Amino acid sequence: MDVVNQLQRQFIDYSASLHREGFLDDQFTQLQKLQDDNSPDFVVEVASLFFEDCEKLINNMARALEQQQGVDFRQVDASVHQLKGSSSSIGAMRVKDVCVAFRSFCEAQNREGCLRCLQQVTHEYSLLKNKLQTLFRLQQQILAAGGSIPVVE
Amino acid sequence: MVMAASETKFHVLAVDDTLIDRKLIEKLLKTSSYQVTAVDSGTKALEFLGLNNNDHHDVEVNLIITDYCMPGMTGYDLLRKIKESSSFKDIPVVIMSSDNIPSRINRCLEDGAEEFFLKPVQLSDVNKLRPHLMKRRTQTNVNKRKAMDEIVSPDRTRARYNELEVK
Repeated sequence: MDVVNQLQRQFIDYSASLHREGFLDDQFTQLQKLQDDNSPDFVVEVASLFFEDCEKLINNMARALEQQQGVDFRQVDASVHQLKGSSSSIGAMRVKDVCVAFRSFCEAQNREGCLRCLQQVTHEYSLLKNKLQTLFRLQQQILAAGGSIPVVE
Repeated sequence: MVMAASETKFHVLAVDDTLIDRKLIEKLLKTSSYQVTAVDSGTKALEFLGLNNNDHHDVEVNLIITDYCMPGMTGYDLLRKIKESSSFKDIPVVIMSSDNIPSRINRCLEDGAEEFFLKPVQLSDVNKLRPHLMKRRTQTNVNKRKAMDEIVSPDRTRARYNELEVK
């Protein structure tokens, strides 16, 4: 039971830090609350979908911005809009915020600005992916030790 | 009186082209004890409704909840098609959107949408659906009772017969 308590405390602290540092917002907490016995892997499943989406969309943006003949900013914007939507649905606040700035640069047809945002969004996505993987690993450890996952408000 | 399970569970048709949002809306609806069918386009939504009428008379759709921004047929296009259809116009439609554009919201509500939810959709939003569904169910039951009364009432039958005789 000591091991479980320790792990649970780690989980709570880590969760809190992710919220404090702006990686996750309240929407992520909402997803955790929706998870139940009928869908015990709900959050992990949604996160996986999000990562797949991120990779696909980031690739689309990169390819569109690479076009030497002239960048189709509407195409870039379409991908950014989608990423903004997905990140909002999962509670990935920092990724979402970069998307907001990214859309402004698309509207202004500013290629340099877009490339900077692309770099930022790639960075934020990989940071978040690592952090969520750590969080999910902690969850697994708690469950393996026979404990339950605390819900962090 | 004990109601059969199929009587109390409302059937919601969810339409969204994004996989994450489809998964999310499905979970929100199931958590609220609705039966859910999720499709990824307006075209597929219309197909589902059409097939229903021809083949499965006992499977109804009680509410449609749709994303606004979709390639091809938008949520607004789908709303218009539903409201212009004699078979489906009474099905309540709810629109979801990640963009907070007042003119868009007003247009949808003016053209027949019951509610407009901003994404990400919350459980508190889904709770707003029940009154729209309960209202329809009550109306349908009242209409059914009226229809039954007309068939059964002997006075009305006599009146009609009399009219015929006079002619």
